[in-house]
Amino acid sequence: MPKITYIEHNGTAHTVQVPVGKSVMQGAINNNVPGIDADCGGECACATCHVYIDAAWLDRIGLPVPGSQEASMLSFAAVTQPDSRLSCQIEVADDLDGLVVRMPEGQH
Amino acid sequence: MNAPVHYDPASDAYTTPLDQIDVSDPHLFQDDVYYPYFERLRREAPVHYRKDGKYGSFWSVTKFKDIMAVETHPEIYSSEARLGGITITDRPMEFRRSSFISMDPPRHDEQRKVVSPIVAPANLNNMSSVIRERVCTVLDGLPRNETFDWVKRVSIELTTLMLTTLFDFPIEERNKLTFWSDCATADVNAGGIVNSEEKRLEILGDALRTFTGLWHERAARPGGFDLISMLAHSEATRNLVNDPAEFLGNLTLLIVGGNDTTRNSMSGGLWALCKHPAEYQKLRDNPGLIPSMVPEIIRWQSPIVHMRRTALADAELGGKQIKAGDKVVMWYISGNRDEDSIDNPNEFIIDRARPRHHLSFGFGVHRCVGNRLAEMQLIILWEEIMKRFPRIELVEEPKRIYSNFIHGITEMKVRIPA
Repeated sequence: MPKITYIEHNGTAHTVQVPVGKSVMQGAINNNVPGIDADCGGECACATCHVYIDAAWLDRIGLPVPGSQEASMLSFAAVTQPDSRLSCQIEVADDLDGLVVRMPEGQH
Repeated sequence: MNAPVHYDPASDAYTTPLDQIDVSDPHLFQDDVYYPYFERLRREAPVHYRKDGKYGSFWSVTKFKDIMAVETHPEIYSSEARLGGITITDRPMEFRRSSFISMDPPRHDEQRKVVSPIVAPANLNNMSSVIRERVCTVLDGLPRNETFDWVKRVSIELTTLMLTTLFDFPIEERNKLTFWSDCATADVNAGGIVNSEEKRLEILGDALRTFTGLWHERAARPGGFDLISMLAHSEATRNLVNDPAEFLGNLTLLIVGGNDTTRNSMSGGLWALCKHPAEYQKLRDNPGLIPSMVPEIIRWQSPIVHMRRTALADAELGGKQIKAGDKVVMWYISGNRDEDSIDNPNEFIIDRARPRHHLSFGFGVHRCVGNRLAEMQLIILWEEIMKRFPRIELVEEPKRIYSNFIHGITEMKVRIPA
């Protein structure tokens, strides 16, 4: 099962196994990783599962499609960066084993 | 002749022919008897058409998932003011004021982005100490062993003070903000001072004049991290003051958004705890539950009863055919009680696993900008209450406003035992 590392804003790292086919957001919620709220439950409708993608993984994960619902929701999130994504929109696959994501200062 | 009218909402909700059910009747919310009506719609007609109801013909969307579908398709379900905006009431065309909540992307996005930094995480941290100081002052001033109105002494006072900070508004004139907020949302049939759209505009004209003055002061000097300064200095909104209708629209949006909703959650939370003594005890035993209790309070209160959209195209929703031009009303207050999306939705539970999975803030591009500020105010309030008062008693059932939009508590008599 792919391992994913979530790093809180204060630097605390959590490495957990997430089944293929689940979202990176679900991986955090199901393992009680703090820092991801996911208010809407994975509908791409609240932008509270915002993460920064580690530079080494950005090419593989990619950025949101311009004009997509994710791009639109992210544009309202606080403290976004060029490597921002909504973790509910990233599906875990075998080739994401070792993925590292960082959490922003706050979700809203 | 004047015998009281006896009615039983539970049987009424189920004996009225389905096509005659009109959940827009503000009495249902004022009398707190709306529950069985929505329960029936969720079961029998989750997307329900009411022809020629009290507020015209409209679709009611009552299930969590269907509401989410409307929220996430702004290209079909428009918020545009000239089509009717975001409330079930169709105001005459000349009184339809635009603001970023009643706009669609991309204009909505440009204006919303101007004000959203005020609730960015760093700024929330900055505001938290001011909020805590005020909460302490207000709570320390409350009488013991004496009946008083929680709404007036606590809920209104705290949320109005918050508004003075957000707008950098003169604190000694703060009651005007509450007055304007109440007038902006008043139902013209409620029997209050706002009995016509003309009267509403006359009162809000005062707000417009006051804020236009503040705008020109702030525009003349750089800096200033209040909402008016931010609007006056941003590229997307720097000319907003020259469009009085849209300026007033945005002002009332920010005043109501920053005020009414949190006020009613401050009252509704105490009411919920008093009606659920086991949960109140759970809170006394473990005040660490406050951060998960607060979103549950916001779900339980559902401070905004509904939001309205207008269909721009034909669409299918919950198996029903919506036609372009139809009025579509999302009843948040119903979706928040939907057993298919929330476990035991009719129970008030302060330690739910996923308490933020509720509709009170809306979802999608119009999701409440201030949602984390609202939560922070309520968290601080409850932290300070629990430090001081292990028990607050409800003396009388609350009085509610006549509205199908704001789920408001106007008076709630309580007592703090000495």
